[in-house]
Amino acid sequence: MTPNATGVDAAIDAVTAVLLIVGAIMSLGAAIGLLRFPDLMSRMHAATKPQVLGLFLVLAAIGLQMREWWVWPVLAVAWIFQLLTVPVSAHMVGRAGYRTRHLHPELLSVDELEAVVLRAAGQRAEEKAEGEPGMPRMRDGATPGPD
Amino acid sequence: MSRKRTSFRTELPLLVWLVVVWGALWRDFSPGNLVFGALIALVVARVFYLPPVELSGRFNVLRAIPFVVVFLGKVVAASFQVLYLAVFRGPSVTNAVVAVPLRSRSDLMVTATGHVISLIPGSLVVEVDRSTSTLYIHGINVRSDADIAKLRKEVQDTEASLIRIMGTRAEMDAIQAEGWPATRGARA
Repeated sequence: MTPNATGVDAAIDAVTAVLLIVGAIMSLGAAIGLLRFPDLMSRMHAATKPQVLGLFLVLAAIGLQMREWWVWPVLAVAWIFQLLTVPVSAHMVGRAGYRTRHLHPELLSVDELEAVVLRAAGQRAEEKAEGEPGMPRMRDGATPGPD
Repeated sequence: MSRKRTSFRTELPLLVWLVVVWGALWRDFSPGNLVFGALIALVVARVFYLPPVELSGRFNVLRAIPFVVVFLGKVVAASFQVLYLAVFRGPSVTNAVVAVPLRSRSDLMVTATGHVISLIPGSLVVEVDRSTSTLYIHGINVRSDADIAKLRKEVQDTEASLIRIMGTRAEMDAIQAEGWPATRGARA
């Protein structure tokens, strides 16, 4: 920021200020969501969405203040990596949380995955009990291999 | 080694991306640096082999640009929605886990749809069934059957847009036959 800025400088400073403040509010929203949401998966919503936008706004503010063209590719790469990694991490945490029953079923209006997981679990238990490797297995959602 | 050789054409998007990252990290896009970066990208792509991403061979830029603009708008909307829910709804929020069958069997398309869906309002991928291309979506603030139908339509419309951008010919034809943007019910 330049003190006593006029004209274009003042406009850029004003835009930067707005971007920084809105970005900070978004990060604050993520924090509030983590505290206030009742279960793991709603918290994952809070941890992914406002934070991605918050980072974007803060990066844009940095770009405006740096006034160097080379900073834009660095910022773009940083944000693209964020876009690519955030859904994956949210998915992994959500998946693990669902499997380990870190959820409140009473908060779900519909759960179409439960039956699938139960069926797969039942099948696994059955196979173990009977020890028959040749049993026909239904391919369903609860057992995607590590491929 | 018995692995299949990846054709240069399939590798090209990865190489271009690696060169861009190289240039960005060095803050130097001069030709010399880029050529050196391209050499390193080639070596890295050959030595640290990954299964090739199967591209369909078509990419519609004219449809991609509006999609990106709408996507960014939705990211903003999603953030404000979660902010609103966090502040005003908090502990009493109602959610749902919904199964959404996708049309495409391609890994790239399922991954892309899952990524976009995780970043736009109200949805998160909990589980992926690769054999039937079914995404299990966790929707926030989903209370009625109408909300569920809306969520399902949103996911399938996103997939349809992505197919129109970079799907294969066969997938395109399937969408056209369906009379896009019609939706299919769940095959529960």
